[in-house]
Amino acid sequence: MEPVIQVSRLVKRYGIKPALRGVDFSARAGEFVAVLGPNGAGKTTFLRILASLVKASSGNIRVAGYSLPRQAAEARLRLGMLGHQPMLYGDLTAAENLLFFARLYNLPDAGKRIETVLDQVGLLRQRNDLVRTFSRGMQQRLAIGRAVLHNPQVLLLDEPHTGLDQEACEMLDALLRQVASQQRTIVLTTHDLARAAALASRFDVLSHGKFLASTAADQVPPDGILAFYRQALEAAR
Amino acid sequence: MSPLRLYLRAIAAMTAKDLKAEWRSREMFSAMLVFGLLVIFIFNFALEMKPAERGALTGGILWVTLAFTGTLGLNRAFAAEKDRGSLDGLLLAPVDRSAIYLSKTLSSLVIMLATAAVLLPLYSLFYNQNLLLPGILLVILLGCSGYVLVGALLASMAVQARTRDILLPILLFPVAIPLLVAAVKATGAFLAGVNLSEIQPWLLLLAAYNLIFLAVAFMAFDYIVEE
Amino acid sequence: MDNKPKGLTLLDGLSALGLLAATLMVFFYAPVEAVMGPVQKVFYYHVAAGWVGMLSFLFAAFSGGIYLKRGDMKWDRLSVAGVELGLVFSLINVITGAIWARPIWNTWWTWDPRLTTVAIMLLVYAAYLMLRAGIDEAEKRARFGAVYAIVGFISVPLTFFSIRLSRTIHPVVIGSSDPEALGKFNMTGPMSATFVVSLIVFTILFFDLLWHRYRLAKFAHQIEIARSADSAIEGE
Repeated sequence: MEPVIQVSRLVKRYGIKPALRGVDFSARAGEFVAVLGPNGAGKTTFLRILASLVKASSGNIRVAGYSLPRQAAEARLRLGMLGHQPMLYGDLTAAENLLFFARLYNLPDAGKRIETVLDQVGLLRQRNDLVRTFSRGMQQRLAIGRAVLHNPQVLLLDEPHTGLDQEACEMLDALLRQVASQQRTIVLTTHDLARAAALASRFDVLSHGKFLASTAADQVPPDGILAFYRQALEAAR
Repeated sequence: MSPLRLYLRAIAAMTAKDLKAEWRSREMFSAMLVFGLLVIFIFNFALEMKPAERGALTGGILWVTLAFTGTLGLNRAFAAEKDRGSLDGLLLAPVDRSAIYLSKTLSSLVIMLATAAVLLPLYSLFYNQNLLLPGILLVILLGCSGYVLVGALLASMAVQARTRDILLPILLFPVAIPLLVAAVKATGAFLAGVNLSEIQPWLLLLAAYNLIFLAVAFMAFDYIVEE
Repeated sequence: MDNKPKGLTLLDGLSALGLLAATLMVFFYAPVEAVMGPVQKVFYYHVAAGWVGMLSFLFAAFSGGIYLKRGDMKWDRLSVAGVELGLVFSLINVITGAIWARPIWNTWWTWDPRLTTVAIMLLVYAAYLMLRAGIDEAEKRARFGAVYAIVGFISVPLTFFSIRLSRTIHPVVIGSSDPEALGKFNMTGPMSATFVVSLIVFTILFFDLLWHRYRLAKFAHQIEIARSADSAIEGE
């Protein structure tokens, strides 16, 4: 079976500064990959390239069976992304925001789907409130709802736990586990190792624009992820 | 559904979203309207318009006012998307990037026309000179659409620059000069009741400007939003 | 850094000799125009500079288009070089024009369509430089610059057309701003020869300067790479 995400020899330079230096990566359906790495490792750039928001300088990228950037529109239909910013409209209500994105993705039976998603992220009661009035945590929850609205085959999450309180984090984790159980592919970047350990089925370490190590979650003892991470970074020195 | 229908639906959805948000806050509309009125008043004092000279100046005053208010709205339209990161949300959608450009152009045009719809009767009232002639309305439509077509393209670049607060008028005014010249002349000619055959070249120039820059922007917008 | 290419040295010499020859022709070969006198001689440089200015901006828009298609920074460097040279030559064009206009039209400046168009064109490309100055990331700067170089270049003929149209519909009352009417002259054989030589020499000069400017941009880029390599070593 073809991997859902297939990346080979990916290079991205900003001007003359290399952000990614020949990255190889692949993920299958049902895999939940946590990309770990220090700040400036290239994690965000990597996700934004997978999301077709940024063009690679060179390399081959296939997402959900479509080659980027050539078939980007096809790929975009099948991927969802949660970035640093919520990508929502303050002057629309929660439900209107989701309805807008449902239209962009041409979802059938949008009303019902929006209901389900709002329930999942715990915002059903606030559905008719303007997003402007939401707290940071509530906005992030709605942003998560926006990312999974079209039930994407590939879900890309860039530091999704930032700015969330304990309750919201648990809600997000539950939602992610549920998505993962549906044979979806999730790639999550984080530097919160404990959180990654609790969720992911695979850990990849990215540093200075290269993947240094990769391991399946069941190969690492529950409290061994920090050791694995340090070892990967040490070995590269 | 056919790709074209999907494309048009996406444009409709994005335009409706912009207009709904604007209808709620009226941020742009009220700012443009107040600013436009201020410009008209300043012209009144600066030029000390006597009734006899007024007719010749009206076209110029009207278009300078519209051009100034237009840049105000265009900058805001893209700055809002950029600041909240929502532009990424649009770029992630499975639609061609030109749909984003066209919807921004449409919503900016509607807001600009709405501003003009209030400014024109007020101007007619203040200066006792009826501007609500069919010919002038046509010029307003063609002039505003041409202005917004180029303005939306340039604003999408300007908001990504460090100097974004000051950049848009500097980029937009020099390339909008043919449009503004044509619009001023056509407005003046309609006010003076000149033969349509003499106004025709101006209307054609306005139409050509619209078409040329629609085509250019359509091809260029991809390169602006793609990193 | 690579050594100066032989072709460039050749072009340098050719430009220098050509400029010398053209200047000699202007002063000693071309006759003094009967009505306007010696000031008419500015015409040879004036028109040549105007021609090269337009050529530069066309070149900039064209290179910008190729940059967008191919994404090779080489074309961006050429595009910037085109705009900068265009600004210089257009400025020479305007200034020599003003020198000529003072005695002939009795004013430094008139709102004649050509003059006005060149002035607006200078503003367009000044805006181009400001746009570039406001963007830090090299590739984004290149993309935006290319788009604006194309938009700006397309607007120039429209501007000229709109201003000329506004003059023909509304005849100018104060003074004549039509260059065809005042200051028109017929070229004699030596005049035409001098004119053609100036045009060719300025065109050669354009390509010479373009090459130099391109190399400058390339060196600046190489220095930037060398610097970042140094800082990377320090950082290790």
